[in-house]
Amino acid sequence: MEIVVCIKQVPDTTEVKLDPKTNTLIRDGVPSIINPDDKAALEAALELKEKVGGNVTVVCMGPPQADVALREALAMGCDNAVLLSDRNFGGSDTYATAHILAAGLRHIGYDIVFAGRQAIDGDTAQVGPQLAEQLKIPQVSYATGIQVEGNTVTVKRQIEDRYYLMQTQTPCLITVLSEFGKPRYMTVGGIVDAYQKEITVLGFEDLKDKLVPEHIGLKGSPTNVRQSFAKQAKGTGTVLNVSPDEAVKAIMEKLIEKHVI
Amino acid sequence: MIDFALTKEQLLQQELFRKFAETEIKPLSRDMDEAEEYSMELVQKMQKAGFFGIPYSRDYGGAGADVLTYTLCMEEVSKVDASTGITISVHTSLCCACINEFGSEEQKQKYLRPLVSGEKIGCYSLTEPNAGTDASGVQTEATKDGDYYILNGSKVFTTNSGFADTFVVFALTDKTLGPKGMSAFIVERGTEGLSVGRNIPRCGIRAASNCEVAIQNVRVHKSQMLGREGQGYKIAMTALGGGRIGIGAQAVGIAQGAINETMKYVKERKQFGKRISQFQNTQFKLAEMQTKVDAARLMVWRAARAKDLHQNYAPLAAMCKLYASEVANDVTRECVQLFGGYGYSREYPVERAFRDAKITEIYEGTSEAMKMIISGAMKVK
Amino acid sequence: MGKNIFVYVEQRDGTLQRVGLELIGEAKRLAQSLDAQVVGVLMGSDVEPLGQTLIQHGADEVLVVDEPLLKEYTTEPYTKALTQIIKNYEPEIFLFGATSQGRDLAPRVAGRVHTGLTADCTGLEIDEESKLLLMTRPAFGGNLMATIVCKDYRPQMATVRPGIMVALPKDPARTGSVTRVPVAFSPEDQNVKIVEMHKETRKIVDITEAKILVSGGRGIGGPEGFQLLRRVADELGGEISSSRVCVENGWIESERQVGQTGKTVRPNLYLACGISGQIQHLAGMEESDLIIAINKNETAPIFGVADLGIVGDLNVILPKLVDALKAYKAQKANEVG
Repeated sequence: MEIVVCIKQVPDTTEVKLDPKTNTLIRDGVPSIINPDDKAALEAALELKEKVGGNVTVVCMGPPQADVALREALAMGCDNAVLLSDRNFGGSDTYATAHILAAGLRHIGYDIVFAGRQAIDGDTAQVGPQLAEQLKIPQVSYATGIQVEGNTVTVKRQIEDRYYLMQTQTPCLITVLSEFGKPRYMTVGGIVDAYQKEITVLGFEDLKDKLVPEHIGLKGSPTNVRQSFAKQAKGTGTVLNVSPDEAVKAIMEKLIEKHVI
Repeated sequence: MIDFALTKEQLLQQELFRKFAETEIKPLSRDMDEAEEYSMELVQKMQKAGFFGIPYSRDYGGAGADVLTYTLCMEEVSKVDASTGITISVHTSLCCACINEFGSEEQKQKYLRPLVSGEKIGCYSLTEPNAGTDASGVQTEATKDGDYYILNGSKVFTTNSGFADTFVVFALTDKTLGPKGMSAFIVERGTEGLSVGRNIPRCGIRAASNCEVAIQNVRVHKSQMLGREGQGYKIAMTALGGGRIGIGAQAVGIAQGAINETMKYVKERKQFGKRISQFQNTQFKLAEMQTKVDAARLMVWRAARAKDLHQNYAPLAAMCKLYASEVANDVTRECVQLFGGYGYSREYPVERAFRDAKITEIYEGTSEAMKMIISGAMKVK
Repeated sequence: MGKNIFVYVEQRDGTLQRVGLELIGEAKRLAQSLDAQVVGVLMGSDVEPLGQTLIQHGADEVLVVDEPLLKEYTTEPYTKALTQIIKNYEPEIFLFGATSQGRDLAPRVAGRVHTGLTADCTGLEIDEESKLLLMTRPAFGGNLMATIVCKDYRPQMATVRPGIMVALPKDPARTGSVTRVPVAFSPEDQNVKIVEMHKETRKIVDITEAKILVSGGRGIGGPEGFQLLRRVADELGGEISSSRVCVENGWIESERQVGQTGKTVRPNLYLACGISGQIQHLAGMEESDLIIAINKNETAPIFGVADLGIVGDLNVILPKLVDALKAYKAQKANEVG
């Protein structure tokens, strides 16, 4: 079974802080990590390989520095790593990213594709379904469990208030929730091996027969960022010394104002 | 030109150790210290991640990494829990080192493989009630009986002995020769006559297992002897010589961990209307401490690198251990001071670091023993 | 119906999801700047009667795809139906709720019709000059806001976070057409089958994952205090957490401890009850989006980080809060029904 996992290298957004003076993001010194949901996808893929055998290839689109994310995936136990990297790929929105990933996956070959539900920097959850659409294969999103027998894939899909067991056939794409399970650690020996392996780098020239050049990069992206700005800093709060009923009223107003309820 | 930077591979290893230590070890360290017992579940997790065979060859199931990587592991785990440091250290750089460097191919396959591939835990049994720094005081005897040796004696402070599977035991095969009559044996747990006593109550590294080991008529086949008869003292000293690099790294970890905790605290704690980080005393103290820790770390890395390159590392190992252990004690004492009363309470980890630091000046050779080695290498006499 | 604003209104088990009505309300507001109509789109099996509800909440017209195959949501049949609607009606804008269904369906549809899609928006505006839809959303874990446009492709698509937009009050007098749209499905469209379905209430024990935390300190008085907090948490759909002292007193398990020696949390709401707010505790929760604190002592440090501080007796206030939450929910349920 050819198992492919798509991962993204992201800044650890829990480490991103706002500069209180300029109200801009401080990105310096923010570590780059494998997106947490994608790590769950790696775990899902590696567990599947342990059960049914096969080959796990990890794919990442990004700059050359994304190498370290791929090494980490290798050190967790993936067999091969592919980096999709080219100047022409830069500035891609989710549609264009899915288009490039689809070209990469057609180049590599796949039976099951895993992706994390969403990335912590963009939080879109769109690339997985859009990739499945580009590859014209079925998708099951929000997976917290998976079983494969022959070509039949059974997925536990967890949504707001219920879960489903869904069945589909390979080839297919599964997006995985962090709740799937705690991703395994790299191993010391795995890291040694990871640095002895070659990472395949595929650029525009390698994939140009498999994609539409007008549909990639900044120019090929249907959406564009018009502006970005930091969220307004928190003002100082109010302290009320009022009757219980008034207090409850104030709390309810705050909860409604902040869309908590 | 010299490059002090870690390789990409070493940086990723460091990240693994750091993440694992923060996530898996730190939440347990206070409770393990209080209970004076190490978590076996944690040992298994570390075995799975390859922490118990770092600098050993893939041929025997080890991770195939270098000694420098091993020091990175020692520092990261000791930052959050020094007991974990010594647990890994005694297994790796004492027990496994003896077998790796002096064992036959057959012994390596039989004993080293399960140790470095993460199935078994090892310990090293040299110290006795009357043999500390002066290892020539060892009284445990090994009497030949055909193809067997009969071992008798008692050991003390044997780290990991509470749960170790494989013991390297030092005993006299010829009492008349002193240290030259010492030999090393591999003894497996469960061998009749080998019994492990209580975990000796201690000031620090309380989660580690440091027990008394009683050896009464323990029959050991001659195939379980490491090296030759009479080579025991050399085996013991060689292992300790390398082990000190790990202890140096452990001391650096204890100190750096205490600094990290202190950095967090001084930015939060307010006195006299200011965060205490705003006082110059705090700033200067931390600057001094970090400088010492960086110096100690570089000495540890230098010794590790020398061992990786098969250079004469023993004096460098002694120097890094001597210096790093003193730094660990100075730094943890100052960290407690910056915390004030809370630093003395068991609620904050600097109190534990303060207690844990002391042993690094004692075990695997006291500071005084280190000075003997260093001055000897300098040919002062 | 070109240039119109379409809203996909999700139903689950025949119940409309509130976010769909919120989006109709928002679409109505946006439609004024575009001189456009608001078209609600409903899909499912036996859902046509729900069409009138959409009209009463502000939709000018409703399209319904009502087929047995659509009883439970699966990606392909829903994608096929929506794609056909987009091809036939050429909407200018198409809005979805950012629910698990919306976030599964919308990207698949956007991919198929080849247009842009902006995820999880929290603000929508029409640009006065270009008449483009300005879609604003948080990024970088909420540290940054970005405004996205989709210039050259149609429809302009967005998923919108539930609870942000405001639904219009129900107006029983409103009328509008509800039109059934026939879609020809083939067996191949059912490429994913539902084998089983279980409804459940998920229990989150990992407090760092909880979006809402109701947290107790010494002031709750004892282990029984957490029962009251639990009632509040249940009404809010959150979890309970604790300060160190409660854990040390054995009132609650240690995995729920917030603070320097416990866990660091960053929920959408941190409701601190009877917590004085030692620095060690604050270090574990001060990054929470909204902090509301209730404490008897008005000099408690917790008030220094709270967005809203209430000086008072939590044993009086919290039961009243539970009642108020219940009443609010009932009122909302009526609006939807």
